[in-house]
Amino acid sequence: MGLMRRFSSIFKAKASKTLDKYEDPRETLDYSYERTLEMLQKMRRAVADVATSRKRIELQAQQLQRSAAKLEGQAKQAVTQDREDLAREALTRRQAIATQLTDLQAQHDQLKAEEARMVEASRRLQAKVDSFRIRKETMKANYTAAEAQTKVNEAISGIGEEMGDVGLAMQRAEDKVAQMQARSGALDELMATGALDDASMSSDRLQAELDRGFAEPAVEAELARLRGELTGGSTTAKQIDAPDDTPVKAPAETPAEAPVEEERR
Amino acid sequence: MIVRISGEGQFDVPESHVGELNRLDEDLTKAVDSGDEAQFKSALEALLTSVRSAGEELPADWIGPSDLVLPSPDSSIHEVREVLGDEGLIPG
Repeated sequence: MGLMRRFSSIFKAKASKTLDKYEDPRETLDYSYERTLEMLQKMRRAVADVATSRKRIELQAQQLQRSAAKLEGQAKQAVTQDREDLAREALTRRQAIATQLTDLQAQHDQLKAEEARMVEASRRLQAKVDSFRIRKETMKANYTAAEAQTKVNEAISGIGEEMGDVGLAMQRAEDKVAQMQARSGALDELMATGALDDASMSSDRLQAELDRGFAEPAVEAELARLRGELTGGSTTAKQIDAPDDTPVKAPAETPAEAPVEEERR
Repeated sequence: MIVRISGEGQFDVPESHVGELNRLDEDLTKAVDSGDEAQFKSALEALLTSVRSAGEELPADWIGPSDLVLPSPDSSIHEVREVLGDEGLIPG
């Protein structure tokens, strides 16, 4: 048997199971209507779930975009300091974030498509619910046993089939949302630990190194000033021990290590 | 005959078009049996396109059972197999 027929028969068998049949078809009509209303409510909740998931992905993407912008700034800062190593570090991490962003965008598009499909399915189900409500009352009013065999059964299996289809769509959406939530959770964790943008050192350490690039000359200047004050205050004693003490006249740019080493020698 | 495209709606397809649908269904069945996802996608799309073009979409408030139900356009082989359930691919 071809796939088309097999798929049809199994789908219809599953759909008819969603509606229990009462002895009096009129009861089955009411029951079917109640079930359809329940289904519509479930569907609306499912649409809301998908929207929540989509918004979460949007927030994560924004966060990643901020990180990428920050790393870009850090790379520029590193270049102005002639620290190619740090610039590479920052750009490598920005690259990793770009990859994550591409993944997120794909997930986002998928969820958006899912959401649109479900909104459309809700609209169809709503139209059927409205039409079914009127039809079932007419059928109940004009009820004859002969008619029950055909028209009522037709309406019931038609509505059952629609519910089966909507049920399938909801199942698919739920699966997608569950997958997405697992991935979002993992990504949240990565972002929280800094592991995502961690190529070899944390983002804070990268910033610290860059800050040191700016801070070091200032610290050196301060150090030189302090030395100047101290040696100026006890000039005689110092000059006896070390007459060629250079740090006193050292320019602000001189690294701290150099005079210290000289003193040790 | 009434054909439902899962997740999309129902179409009224003329009986004269059934032969064409059966031919396209053969390709689809072969693709599912071979497990080739790309082949499956194109065969499914061909079948659904044929239903949409030959058939007339029924209004959303129309209530009635379908003679045939087809998988939704974005179905994967895996999802179709899931609906087929334990029967798997053993022809019934």
